Amino acid sequence: MKYAMITLLLILPALLFSQAPSAQEIIERVDKNTLSDSKIVVSKMIIHGRRGERTVEAKSWQRSIDHSFTEYLAPAREKGTKMLKLGDQLWTYSPATDRIILISGHMLRQSVLGSDLSYEDMMEDPFLQNMYEAKIIGPDTVANRPVWILELKAKKKGIAYDTRKIWVDQERFIILKENLYAKSGTLLKQITLGEMMQVEGRWIPKTALYKDVLKEGTGTEMIVDSITFNENIPDYIFSKASLRK
Amino acid sequence: MIKFLLKGLMRDRSRSLFPVLTVFIGVFLAVFIYSFMNGVLADMVRSTAHYQTGHVRIMAQAYAKEANQNPNDLAFIGVAKLLDVLNEKYPEMIWTPRIKFGGLLDIPDEKGETKTQGPVSGMALNLFSSSSVEIRLLKVKEAIMRGRMPKQPGEILIGDEFAKKLQVSPGDTATLISSTMYGSMAMTNFKIAGTVQFGVAAMDRGTIFADISDIQVALDMQDTAGEILGFFPDDIYHEKQAPIMAAAFNKEFKDSDNQFSPQMGTLPDESGLADYLGLIDSMSIIIIMIFVVAMSIVLWNAGLMGSLRRYGEIGVRMAIGEARGHIYKTLILESVSIGIFGSVLGTLAGVAVAYLMQIYGLNFGFLFKNSALMISSVYRAQVTFGSFIIGFAPGIISTVLGTAIAGIGIYKRQTSQLFKELEV
Repeated sequence: MKYAMITLLLILPALLFSQAPSAQEIIERVDKNTLSDSKIVVSKMIIHGRRGERTVEAKSWQRSIDHSFTEYLAPAREKGTKMLKLGDQLWTYSPATDRIILISGHMLRQSVLGSDLSYEDMMEDPFLQNMYEAKIIGPDTVANRPVWILELKAKKKGIAYDTRKIWVDQERFIILKENLYAKSGTLLKQITLGEMMQVEGRWIPKTALYKDVLKEGTGTEMIVDSITFNENIPDYIFSKASLRK
Repeated sequence: MIKFLLKGLMRDRSRSLFPVLTVFIGVFLAVFIYSFMNGVLADMVRSTAHYQTGHVRIMAQAYAKEANQNPNDLAFIGVAKLLDVLNEKYPEMIWTPRIKFGGLLDIPDEKGETKTQGPVSGMALNLFSSSSVEIRLLKVKEAIMRGRMPKQPGEILIGDEFAKKLQVSPGDTATLISSTMYGSMAMTNFKIAGTVQFGVAAMDRGTIFADISDIQVALDMQDTAGEILGFFPDDIYHEKQAPIMAAAFNKEFKDSDNQFSPQMGTLPDESGLADYLGLIDSMSIIIIMIFVVAMSIVLWNAGLMGSLRRYGEIGVRMAIGEARGHIYKTLILESVSIGIFGSVLGTLAGVAVAYLMQIYGLNFGFLFKNSALMISSVYRAQVTFGSFIIGFAPGIISTVLGTAIAGIGIYKRQTSQLFKELEV
């Protein structure tokens, strides 16, 4: 009996570990939880700058991973500005100039409306499994929830962040914390997810704090006001013509 | 005696021609290089002052820490009031606000969609007022290649090379995409009034110039500027006056607890030229020293050859009772005459060539094709009072030094051996 107990204690961690999903399975579950055929999101972005804070409100329509249309609703200076992502191209429209402009090159690295997010962040393929090789570093706890820490290394060149470290909720398969690194190993951004909500059976973050660590300020808060999945979004929304409407 | 020595030099060309030529070439090079360096340095200081820092520059403290990134979100608010104070306290200075900004310049096609675009750096200054000091300092009117000066809101100037790259001409529309000082996206349509070429590669390649009032509206920077530049009225940096002014200003207005309070800096500190200017000063002395040493060696050699050739003459002079010291002194006096003569010729030639280069300049644009330095690609010399006197130091010192070393041989000759030597 004594030997049986010792043997059990010795093999228990191995048994538990063997039941844990692989790194690849974890990011597949994360992707599955995050992505949908389409979604419509109304959100707020509170940008904490060195001279105070600003709140930008927006409504986004997203279909698959490469079609996205965003209209900014407030403040007055931003109202009517629209952005359209079609594949690897990002177009923006400003009512003040009545111009449709392609955002490319170094402009993609610029901040979106002064926030801690860049246009490059918006352009990224959200499917982690398409872009990264994952490896489990170990277990941890974030916000009193058990998580796996995964290190993701870019599979291909030209990806904005060469390495990511993600803390994935072991039960809900949602990222609770994320560090984004440059190829040199320099930490570029930190994302910390706050309140969670369950919508149509999925766990999604209601609030998140994006922090560009190379920038002064306390970061940009993202707040999801409403979200609906698998809506039927008409094709015209994802056309350049809709930018002027 | 000097007249006698001069006659000797003129009649015996082999005694004077080679040393004079050596001094002439050395002095010519010294004067030319000195004037050239003067010109390059003056141009660098002038360009830096005009395009970047002024003679003194006022910025918010937070902005100053990251000034090379033009962080307009940290710009100074309350420009009008501060300008009033500056004009009252330092009325002798010319004060002018500027905004530097970056972004993307986008050119529309007939449908209003992107035809071409390129990253742009911009400078907002007072362009509309005909009495604008900026137009005079930057010689904006002279820099116009095509089109005209902006006359009304919404008109800009664009670097000629940049315009060609974007395939735009005066009259075309260009959209500036940038950020407001509060971080919002700023998109503004401008009409291209003209194209400019300043001869500064970094600017001609990708810069636009707009009136500050237009950019204040476009970037939501009302009564705000990134920097306020101060210029001395004679457009010359006064190295004693400027630091005193900056110290007095900072004592009164700089508040270490408020990162948005203004601070004043001087041209050498603001531009990082302080060490460079010191180095250039040292370089002038080093160049002169090199010429003195090199020419002294050549003239020492010439003196030795001269002594050999004049071996008999010096022997006879010693034999008839002329003191060694007197002979040595006459040789030195001869060398002084040669030094002065060669220096005058070398200085005149050096100044003449330097003056031509001051007028016409030499275009080194090909070297600065990809440079980000705000310096002119046309190099010009600058003839100053120093150009007229700088050559005399190496010219005279080297001839005297060369002769003095070569002449030591006189003291080694034995009077008892003279007649024996003269028999040869």
